[in-house]
Amino acid sequence: MNPRPLDREDPDRLYTVTRGRSEAGDDTLDLVALIVAEDEPEPGMQSEHAAILRLCRGNPVAVVELSARLRLPVSVMKILLLDLRDMGRITVRHPSSAAAPTAYAADLETLKQVLVGLESI
Amino acid sequence: MDSKAFDPAAGAQPGDRFAGTPLRQTARDALKIVIVGGFGVGKTTMVGSVSEIRPLSTEETMTRAGIGIDDPGRVESKRTTTVAFDFGRISLDEQRVLYLFGAPGQERFWFLWDQLFSGSLGAIVLVDTRRLEECFYSVDRLEAHAMPFVVAVNRFDGPRPRLDRVRDALSLDDGIPLVECDARTRESSKSVLITLVRHLTHLREPSAVQEVAP
Repeated sequence: MNPRPLDREDPDRLYTVTRGRSEAGDDTLDLVALIVAEDEPEPGMQSEHAAILRLCRGNPVAVVELSARLRLPVSVMKILLLDLRDMGRITVRHPSSAAAPTAYAADLETLKQVLVGLESI
Repeated sequence: MDSKAFDPAAGAQPGDRFAGTPLRQTARDALKIVIVGGFGVGKTTMVGSVSEIRPLSTEETMTRAGIGIDDPGRVESKRTTTVAFDFGRISLDEQRVLYLFGAPGQERFWFLWDQLFSGSLGAIVLVDTRRLEECFYSVDRLEAHAMPFVVAVNRFDGPRPRLDRVRDALSLDDGIPLVECDARTRESSKSVLITLVRHLTHLREPSAVQEVAP
């Protein structure tokens, strides 16, 4: 048995982190939305908020990567990020696919650029 | 090759700010490809072989009423379903970064698809021919979601059935690329990704010259 870090997470703590909110509603963030800090952490700030600001200072970090690095479930991370966005402390770079029709997430030009990128790795 | 080769618990520690490369400051459009497959088929291995960061793992917890076994010792299991998934990334150019997700293909995890993986470019179904039946459900669901995909047979030791037999067994349409790969090697995993993106391009250009997947 090899418990993953989050398995040991106390659900009560997650409840507290999000102040009891369980979902972000319609106003949500994509798993790969890129987050950029616009502000420095401040004393007295909720510790998770401060940790997020520290991680995405200077370089953008995807929602899912913040979730993994801070060991918080994706849904909890999204709620924290929406708080920070509403406070103007982060900006969000939404993926272009978020606006695309469901079946085909990328246009031909994007696919060609992906191909060029993959061939060069 | 077992996916445990990249034990997420041994990955990033809470203090390490980026165990790999940070994203470029100019990165602004993140794309997704999902690798679906059964347990131990090599999803994390494939992610790790092409990713610029060591694969990371996270979880999504979703509240679902009435699910779980009545066990007073684990009250939370009544309320939530948790699924873990791994991912890595490849910076493609100044602006674009491709995220690769290894997602469990079992039936009970598919509720995740809409919430997490919508907007994906496409999917790779990773197959172990010794347990072919594990991917029937994934293939069905991808078709139901109209999510374009390719099928990659991961090489394991022992006799391997011919690809045309695999195609028959999975009732795969002739238009869906089916390739062999070695998920442990970068070149092979890269080739599967390229096969998928060429397939996606091809779907967008129905009039294009027929192209045989490499």
